[in-house]
Amino acid sequence: MRSGCGLKRPHRVAIIEHRMATLAPAASETEPVAGVPAVRLSGVRRTYGEVVAVANVDLEIAAGEFFTLLGPSGSGKTTTLRVIAGFERPDAGHVELQGVDVTHVAPAQRAVNTVFQDYALFPHMTVAENVEYGLRVKGMPKSERRSRAEEVLDRVRLPGLGDRKPVQLSGGQRQRVALARAIVNRPPVLLLDEPLGALDLKLRQEMQIFLKELQRELAITFVYVTHDQEEALTMSDRLAVFNAGGIEQTGTPADVYEHPQSEFVAGFVGVSNVLERGGRRVTIRPEKIRMTDESGGDGEAGTIREVVYVGMVTRYVVDLDGGGELVVVRQNLETSSQEALAEQGKRVRLSWRPEHTYEIEKEGT
Amino acid sequence: MTQRGTRISLAVWTALVIAFLWIPLVIIALYAFNGPTLQGWPISNWTLHWFRVAWDSDARSALWLSLRVGLIATGLALVLGTMAATAVARFRFFGREAVSFLLVLPLALPGIITGIALNRALFSTLALSPSLWSIVIGHATFCVVLVYNNVVARLRRSSPSLLEASQDLGADGWQTFRFVLWPVLSTALVAGGLLAFALSFDEVIVTTFTAGAQETLPIWILDNIERGQQLPVVNVVAFFVIVATTIPVMLAQRMMRDTGLIRRAGGPVTEAVEAAEIPAI
Repeated sequence: MRSGCGLKRPHRVAIIEHRMATLAPAASETEPVAGVPAVRLSGVRRTYGEVVAVANVDLEIAAGEFFTLLGPSGSGKTTTLRVIAGFERPDAGHVELQGVDVTHVAPAQRAVNTVFQDYALFPHMTVAENVEYGLRVKGMPKSERRSRAEEVLDRVRLPGLGDRKPVQLSGGQRQRVALARAIVNRPPVLLLDEPLGALDLKLRQEMQIFLKELQRELAITFVYVTHDQEEALTMSDRLAVFNAGGIEQTGTPADVYEHPQSEFVAGFVGVSNVLERGGRRVTIRPEKIRMTDESGGDGEAGTIREVVYVGMVTRYVVDLDGGGELVVVRQNLETSSQEALAEQGKRVRLSWRPEHTYEIEKEGT
Repeated sequence: MTQRGTRISLAVWTALVIAFLWIPLVIIALYAFNGPTLQGWPISNWTLHWFRVAWDSDARSALWLSLRVGLIATGLALVLGTMAATAVARFRFFGREAVSFLLVLPLALPGIITGIALNRALFSTLALSPSLWSIVIGHATFCVVLVYNNVVARLRRSSPSLLEASQDLGADGWQTFRFVLWPVLSTALVAGGLLAFALSFDEVIVTTFTAGAQETLPIWILDNIERGQQLPVVNVVAFFVIVATTIPVMLAQRMMRDTGLIRRAGGPVTEAVEAAEIPAI
């Protein structure tokens, strides 16, 4: 059936079909099961002596999801990733992959692969040997793994570089070799530990788009660790914000950005604009605030303390007469930099729509 | 000065320095083929006679002792040096810096101090008698450092996640050792081991204090020169030692260069560049 049809089809279609057959998740060694989360952590705790790296983390990541663990350094996000990979044994709690408890399974036996922050390419092997490594240790014949490696190198846009040594590649190329070395094994879950951290801004933005496309095409679950809130917001289907070893909030990017549930999340994802009025603490995103002349209607009166011109927008820090300060962002639609900077010290009035404020819990309650 | 002038004077100086280092070695090597018992220049009568005499003399048993000591000390150094290097490079523990310092210090200490200290400790305090092992212990004090330094440098240069990456890709312990750890460390081990052996092979000072009545090859040479007898045989032995020392050091140098990190780099890629491009974790 297959050969009968395939021969009559145009060559290109056959290639695409071949690619899909080799790279699509349906070909994964471990099939995702509908309804069962790809990754589930329950009550995971990891301590190093007195230091609690991860405290009681619960997490469910659906199959095919791009899930980001976001947080500052030392917040426990990388330790959580390493618990999923199996490099760290949790002191308490369970790790499940595809519904199977793997808490006590060694990394080599887990159906996940990792893209390391420093890439961890084997320096004595060529690019092709690096990519083939996972297939080689599983005993796949040389010709078969060679063709699979070539395919994946094409996929990450590194065709024909198989004979080079890692040291001969640029940082961006090494990053993609690390990616190829992981996805060639067709893991149902791919773990990425700040994979773009060592790249410059321009390359990082290109790779963000590339990774997102790749994830959609392969339909693999990505668990992505980053401290870059913009990266987390642009790439993720859902994200978990980590702080001090625990998860502060889990949700879609829009959810987390617009409805931060804690002061920490409000500050870490975006700008911390927290105001206390009448015993309530609320947060307002800077772009949702309207700034008018002091005479212009109602709202909170205040003085512009600081003006930062950032090209597309200008950022103002306003001291409010009623106490506290707010950051306001305005697009430079008709304002020049001189005009913007001249506004320092000006009296203004700030207003916003009530539905754009979100009440957050008091610190420590 | 013109660039051409600079190049010529540099070449001349380099040649002079190399000549300064090598001419004495070449002369003693040539004397090994000198016929008469009394040394005179130029060599009048070329012969291999003294090689035969040397082979029949007690220099042979001295050589055998030196080889055994060198091999055992090197083996010991490979095991202990690698273990210490792994601990220092990979783990953080109380006193880590001190370990590094304590390991390197014996190499910097004058050999005569190490020698007398070992002599007191082994033969007076512990009341042992001189043996092959007392010499081995003396040599191990500096051999361990050589291996340690080589391996630490290699580990620091390579990513700490290499072994995790191997496991992550499904390799078992043996595969990780064979495909990743051994290739990454082997050249550093071989280079360190060769240097250690070369150093052990011509060590005199520490050996004097730990050997008792036993004679390693360098000590045999020293004794025979002092007594003024058998000078032609000493020349032969010196010739042999030069050759035997040069070969491992040359190999070691080649190994250090040929680390795989920079092999076939096809360009002016240096280790410094490599180190700079991989972010330190």
